[in-house]
Amino acid sequence: MTVAPPAATTQPPRRTRQRVSERIVEIVSDSGEGAQKAGQTFGTVCAKLGNGVWTVEIIPAEIKPPARSRAGASGIRVRFGDHEITNRGDRADLVVAFNEQVLYGRIGSRAYRPGTIVLLESKWAEDPQPEVREQYATALGEFREQGLEVIELPLEKACLEIVGDARVGKNMFVVGLLCEVFGCDIERALAEVREVFGRKGEEVVRSNQELVRRGWAFAEAHVPYAWEVPAWRAGEPVLVMNGNQAVGLGIMAAGMEMVAMYPITPATSVSHYLGRALPVVGGFLHQAEDEIAAVGFAIGASYAGQTACTITSGPGLALKTEFLGLAVMAEIPLVVVVVQRGGPSTGLPTKVEQADLLATLFGAPGDSPKIVIAPATIEECFHFVVLARKLAEEFRGPVVVLTDANLATGVAPFPRPAIDPAWLAPPIDQTPWPTGIAPYDWDPETGLSARPIPGQRGGEYVVTGLAHTRGGKVAYDAFSNQEGCDMRSRKLAALARTLKPPRPHGAEAGELLVVGWGSTLGAIEEAVDLLRADGHSVASLHLRFLSPFEPGLAEIFGRFEKVMTVEINYSDDPAAPLITDETRRRAQLAQLLRERTLVDVDCWSTVPGQPLGPVQIAEQVRARLGAATTSPRGVV
Amino acid sequence: MFGLPQDWSLEVPERYFTLESYDGGVARWCPGCGDFAMLSAVQRICRDQQVPPEKLAMVSGIGCSSRFPHYMHAYGFHGLHGRALPVACGIKARRPDLTVWVATGDGDCCSIGAGHWLHAARYNMDMVVMVFDNSVYGLTKKQTSPTTPLGLSTNTHPDGGFLPPLDVAATTLGFPNVSFVARTVDWNPAHLYATLETAQRHRGTSFVHILQRCPTYTGEVFEELRRNPDRTLLLTHPEGVPADDTLRRMYKHQQEHDPRDFAAGHALALRKDRLAIGLLYRNPEAPRYDDFTVKGLGMTREQKVAALERELDRFSI
Repeated sequence: MTVAPPAATTQPPRRTRQRVSERIVEIVSDSGEGAQKAGQTFGTVCAKLGNGVWTVEIIPAEIKPPARSRAGASGIRVRFGDHEITNRGDRADLVVAFNEQVLYGRIGSRAYRPGTIVLLESKWAEDPQPEVREQYATALGEFREQGLEVIELPLEKACLEIVGDARVGKNMFVVGLLCEVFGCDIERALAEVREVFGRKGEEVVRSNQELVRRGWAFAEAHVPYAWEVPAWRAGEPVLVMNGNQAVGLGIMAAGMEMVAMYPITPATSVSHYLGRALPVVGGFLHQAEDEIAAVGFAIGASYAGQTACTITSGPGLALKTEFLGLAVMAEIPLVVVVVQRGGPSTGLPTKVEQADLLATLFGAPGDSPKIVIAPATIEECFHFVVLARKLAEEFRGPVVVLTDANLATGVAPFPRPAIDPAWLAPPIDQTPWPTGIAPYDWDPETGLSARPIPGQRGGEYVVTGLAHTRGGKVAYDAFSNQEGCDMRSRKLAALARTLKPPRPHGAEAGELLVVGWGSTLGAIEEAVDLLRADGHSVASLHLRFLSPFEPGLAEIFGRFEKVMTVEINYSDDPAAPLITDETRRRAQLAQLLRERTLVDVDCWSTVPGQPLGPVQIAEQVRARLGAATTSPRGVV
Repeated sequence: MFGLPQDWSLEVPERYFTLESYDGGVARWCPGCGDFAMLSAVQRICRDQQVPPEKLAMVSGIGCSSRFPHYMHAYGFHGLHGRALPVACGIKARRPDLTVWVATGDGDCCSIGAGHWLHAARYNMDMVVMVFDNSVYGLTKKQTSPTTPLGLSTNTHPDGGFLPPLDVAATTLGFPNVSFVARTVDWNPAHLYATLETAQRHRGTSFVHILQRCPTYTGEVFEELRRNPDRTLLLTHPEGVPADDTLRRMYKHQQEHDPRDFAAGHALALRKDRLAIGLLYRNPEAPRYDDFTVKGLGMTREQKVAALERELDRFSI
């Protein structure tokens, strides 16, 4: 590396590049300043260099919240390391902030620790408005008092040397800055800029590459820290995407050619992807007039022979409930992807929660057994959708795939799947229907039956949501209703029979077992690893099948002295006023597990609107173990 | 040499469908219900057009009208209250080979399912939508519907409803991209058949507003219309619903109405002195959503896998 002549008046102390196992970086800004693009670009560069990476967006609920507002923070967190990264982690190590106000929200979310380095845009100190200058000075004092190591930097001024509007250029400047700080190959960063901006023309590419170079040089001159995060894997073909894109690709890989949806955060970005991509594989994205019409349209397409998919989030799930009940009753294959957000009601549209499990299972009136699966990683988002279509057809009914906002917006690399042509749905069967076979020819043991598809000669029958016989005829008698309920329920037991018991992480037996589901996998397992390193006898178990459950849970639970779930949904704090063992409302999975296993399953759950961090989970589990020691990371 | 066929034997179709081919069993509507007329007309049209029963998709919502699919031998979908149209559109989306009929009612279509009513008109996918308008909720036993006339006592409004009813045909005409709106009555089988047959031939969503007697709850509502043909205005036009001599003799009030004339059709739909029956409006050029939804059908598995690999490449690093 050539040493440039001093570019600034204040030269930072000579620094040595420190080798670390992982780092958590945040870029926070007002909405529209491109922080997310910067973080994604930087994260992709890290992934290409062989790091394990997890990026998670910090999204305000409004499109353009007021500038410099505490609640309007928009940005991104990038956690990367020399090992697989499965979650957002806890406290950030380094933050780049375009103004000081947006940091308040992050501090409130406990995103930082004493010692977190904040590279803060310094222009506000000279703002023409005295109140802005005052806010800036006050914040600076407060941040430093809290132990943040604030380094004021004239980021915008440096950008203005290249571009007229710093708002559109600052983000790539930051990419260059971060690449220098972490010793990434600048050529990789420049190539990535070409990837990102290539479609906008050579001029845009060149100007952004220049910004990256300037950011690089600026960091060399002004940032007194430098780290190196070694590569983890290199050479293996990997894909980098978020969970919603993985869902979209899974839909295509499953051969589902009809997706009907209505816009709803945080599920909508699946359709943003599919709107372009689905026609490429011969499919069609239908944006319906409402959530109900979307599921109705999908059911119509499924009924006509092409198992279809509908995508939604909590409020949309509520609206689709009646149709889901019909799909159960009439046994119509259907894949429903529910990207969970905070509730109840409109709740926290852009934020994560795992609170739709019970609504999914029990939302419909009457007995409405359905298959519910929950991917735990971005990679699983892809594969579970492929699985869901198979299950929907084999078990002739709706399959709900529960993801959440954390998976939806999290970005991580995973091994490129080898596409199996057998994943794709076969062409619609139009061979004549065998004579003498009823439209609901239930196998008395499994409840399974083949379904006639319109166009199949001799298979004519009428789908109805009314109670019906094997012959599909409306029947209100006791026998027929009981038989129909039995058969639809039996299918879940038949599926459970084909599943293997899940394997605990950490240990096969011990003092405490932490049970989770969905996107908390990485954070829970990391928490267990932290606790085990501390000598605690803790293990975790992650459930992918929520209806039916994987078998053997009671037996596994029996090998531990205590069992508790960790979930991102509401439960009463046992220490809260009026809460007793009888009045306490427990977390959703805990409720189900207690009923199913008769084990006194405890829970810790919370609704912060953000993913759980491993240290945060470890603290809670430690409290249950009754061993209050300080965390290995010294978190305050 | 002059094209004379060598083989003089008659070409016998492999299958021939009779009315019985479409018979789904004994209909269980009340005696005297107008719905029997629609069932009979649709079965005749299917027979006359020789539609294989397995290629028929009869879709309905909930209500007396919506029992329709059960009485046809065909593929049927008796779904949810108000939701026949999204299902029918979903069926048609990827199955252009299926002939789709929708049976719905004034409550099903114009009240609980009203949002889909508008959008189905806009999608304009190829299907016939029969709105059985008996001016009342029948299956739930006589509640006020959006088409219940003022003054009619129902179980929810013993002194009659508060607001004037909507007209199904006139309202449908107000929807964007609507391409076919006709009106007929259950008590004239010839006109009913001719109207539904015209609707079936139209490519696009054909809304047919059918005034339907409910002898149990609203027997009196259409009685005057039924008894006195002078209260009816028969619409005639070469491009409209064909009116044969019998119809012309029965309805002495007739009007030549060009179905392309939207304004005149709308005015006719709202006419109070006489009930206009026939084709009110037709626009064969209205864009059809199913022309778009079928795109990509017929792609081979190899093409799909290749396209999928290219998609994965986009995320590859």
